[in-house]
Amino acid sequence: MKSLSWRAGISAALIVIAFVFLVPSVTQELPAWWSGVLPKDKIHLGLDLQGGVHLILEVEVKKAVESYLERVVEDLKPDLRKSKIRVLDLKRRGIDGIEITLAPDQEAKDLETLLGTNYPSFKLETGVRDEKGKAYFLSLLEQERTQIYKMAADQALETIRNRVDQFGVTEPDIRPQAGYRILIQLPGVKDPKRAIDLIGKTARLEFKLVDEENSLEDALKGNVPAGSEILQETAVDRKTGRKTTVPYLLKKRSALTGESITDARVELERMGEPYVSLSFDSRGARVFERITGDNVGKRLAIVLDDKVYSAPVIRDKISGGKAQITGAFSMDDAKDLAIVLRAGALPAPVKILEERTVGPSLGKDSIDQGFTSMVIGLSIILILVAIYYRLSGIIADVVLLLNIPFILGGLALFGATLTLPGIAGVILSIAMSVDANVLIYERIREELRLGKPARAAMEAGFARAFVTIFDSNLTTVIAGLVLLQFGTGPVRGFAVTLIIGLVSNVLTAVFMARIVFDYLYVIKRWKTISI
Amino acid sequence: MEIFKTQLNLDFVGKRYIAFAISGICILATVVLLVVRGGPNYGVDFAGGVVVQVKLEKKHSPAEIRDALKGTELEDTIIQEFGEKTAFEYLIRVTNPDIRAAGLGDKAQQALSAKLGEKVDIRQVEMVGPQVGEELRKKALYAIFYAMLMMAVYISGRFEQKWLMSAIMAGSLIAAASFAAIVGVGVLWLIFIALGVSIALCWFMKLKYAMGAIVSLMHDVFVVIGAFALTDREVSLSTVAALLTIVGYSLNDNIVVFDRIRENLGRLRKRPFVEIINVSINETLSRTILTGTTTMIVLVVLLVFGGPVIHDFAFGLFVGIITGTYSSIFVASPILLLSEGKTLQAGKNSKPQG
Repeated sequence: MKSLSWRAGISAALIVIAFVFLVPSVTQELPAWWSGVLPKDKIHLGLDLQGGVHLILEVEVKKAVESYLERVVEDLKPDLRKSKIRVLDLKRRGIDGIEITLAPDQEAKDLETLLGTNYPSFKLETGVRDEKGKAYFLSLLEQERTQIYKMAADQALETIRNRVDQFGVTEPDIRPQAGYRILIQLPGVKDPKRAIDLIGKTARLEFKLVDEENSLEDALKGNVPAGSEILQETAVDRKTGRKTTVPYLLKKRSALTGESITDARVELERMGEPYVSLSFDSRGARVFERITGDNVGKRLAIVLDDKVYSAPVIRDKISGGKAQITGAFSMDDAKDLAIVLRAGALPAPVKILEERTVGPSLGKDSIDQGFTSMVIGLSIILILVAIYYRLSGIIADVVLLLNIPFILGGLALFGATLTLPGIAGVILSIAMSVDANVLIYERIREELRLGKPARAAMEAGFARAFVTIFDSNLTTVIAGLVLLQFGTGPVRGFAVTLIIGLVSNVLTAVFMARIVFDYLYVIKRWKTISI
Repeated sequence: MEIFKTQLNLDFVGKRYIAFAISGICILATVVLLVVRGGPNYGVDFAGGVVVQVKLEKKHSPAEIRDALKGTELEDTIIQEFGEKTAFEYLIRVTNPDIRAAGLGDKAQQALSAKLGEKVDIRQVEMVGPQVGEELRKKALYAIFYAMLMMAVYISGRFEQKWLMSAIMAGSLIAAASFAAIVGVGVLWLIFIALGVSIALCWFMKLKYAMGAIVSLMHDVFVVIGAFALTDREVSLSTVAALLTIVGYSLNDNIVVFDRIRENLGRLRKRPFVEIINVSINETLSRTILTGTTTMIVLVVLLVFGGPVIHDFAFGLFVGIITGTYSSIFVASPILLLSEGKTLQAGKNSKPQG
């Protein structure tokens, strides 16, 4: 039996490898020499076990196209003026393109040349000439639109990554999904609401001049002058919790946006009140200097996502490219505002499609309950098998126990996640591993009943049962693979443990148990099987 | 120790009409239950919505909790006790589909601790948008369907060496499914059509093992869904995981018996097919019972000690193991007989393989 020592060697090697992969998960600190070559990844615990936030966001990419078209409309105005083309109307139509109405006496050729050369993302469609003027439609090319969708989704992903990094979450998992979606998993987050607010905020910062030529009262009655808009400031009294809203009439056109910001950080006033100080890039600094210089005595509103934060009076020209956002901030609010301003705005708003938050206490309970069940269930099985199959049962118990390091080591090796259903998967695959042993042993008993000697019965038992074991495990692996394709989070964790469990099951019950049997009945030539 | 000292010879197949009647009643009951309740009781995963799970310090009636939540966004809710009575855990289910989940946990905590005057632990907040719920439902149905299909293909290939035919079957089914999807049939109907077609195909191509397997798997899935409906449990993502595991386990059981039938077909050439099936079931019976028992013990342990989060999952598996064991004896094997027709003589068109 030369092959026996080979097989024993392979088994021993596999067991050692399994334990090596397990070491990082069970020890607090690895010795220095370990991290050089040996694996150092711990088994990841799923959100259901360690608590945390799971989010699926959809980037509203259509909004990105809308704002792109709005920008093109703004760009078109000076271009048309420069080329001396008079238009009666210029506006965006949905996400399809831009409607242009040419003045009746205007030559169409100039427009066509201008648009043809400077706006390659569009196709110019000529409409009818009616009494008002000639209608044109600047239609956004399909491939351009898709490109904008894609860029918006990519940029949103990048921005969210930045924000989460700065928020300080260990091992966040942020990845794109089909349909311009983003999957975000933040394990161990203490304050889920704050994290979600931080991630979901569009954070479009604008500086807008207060419209002081027109009356706010008139505007509130419904006569909002062209080029202006009403936005609200919501102030919360932190002592009483009372909310008050103050309306402002602002110029629609933003004087400066958050794109010019290079840095934002939290600083403290003398009274200990936090505020956010901003630094602009050189272009932003120039613009800011000009605006403040031209509008001394007027008010400049700081607007974030269409909400007014404050509207201080400009006392003096501000040069040097610095500004401050004050308001009744809590320290956390100020920190988060600084983070979103540093990380930049999302190119389009995001919508939360799915949100699951698991509190740390539930996760801890789940771990405790999962492991209690595992220990109790396993003990009962081991005792039963030992009673039922005597010595052979004890051999089976040993190989059953080997499944645990194999499954857990496998999880560490593949970087898979252990979830609560995953723990159930470990228990279940061990129960199913009993099945492999039962199939073999029942077969051996049958062969013994037919009067075969120990060795022959053992060999026939293993050989005949193998086909069945292989088939039955393979079909469950198929179910597991389908689950893996279908599931997310906890379900995926279950599928992974089940698959690893089934493979280790065949390995231990068929390959490793056989080594012991071969040793006893082939090498030692035992004459009776204790089964 | 042995369960059966002597080789048993119980007439399982002879009782097949009783078994068919029992199975038929179970499936009919499931269908009736589902029709009466207007479909399965979908949890937040599939129906969409928000659920907040809270843990309180002492017992409160749902009405008290609802009162405490008055004036918050969580006003319009259904309150349920969750898990063990002594855990004082409650689920707050929000029916308003437009509500945003962010911050709901905090609001519930503030409102409850202010009004009830005790420590409130927010255990879990789950929000699934209606769109995602719909998608997940579709995906789950497809997953169950493909799992069954792949297994049927594997079985016919493996047991009858008819890889080509099973490949044809799989191909035509996928073609039929995608055609139906283009026409715009609902996924649920699609699955019923596809399963009906696959049973018919198995019948005509004489893929009897695959047919036995598909019918018994469908049987098991139905019974488990019925058990969920009967006990008013929610069908969630983990239920689907349980269903797929059951499909795997039940097939595992079928295969053990099928393997033995195939082997005995060679050994006992002269005996009638019905007898071969009986002998095979009897020979594998102690294994069937032993494995079923150990698996069930483990699941009972999970049901008792595993905690409320995993309770429904363990329950689904538990019912599934029982019906899976039953169906491999009383459903899958007798079906082999049906497709064999009146020719009970074995060995004519089914040469032993392997």
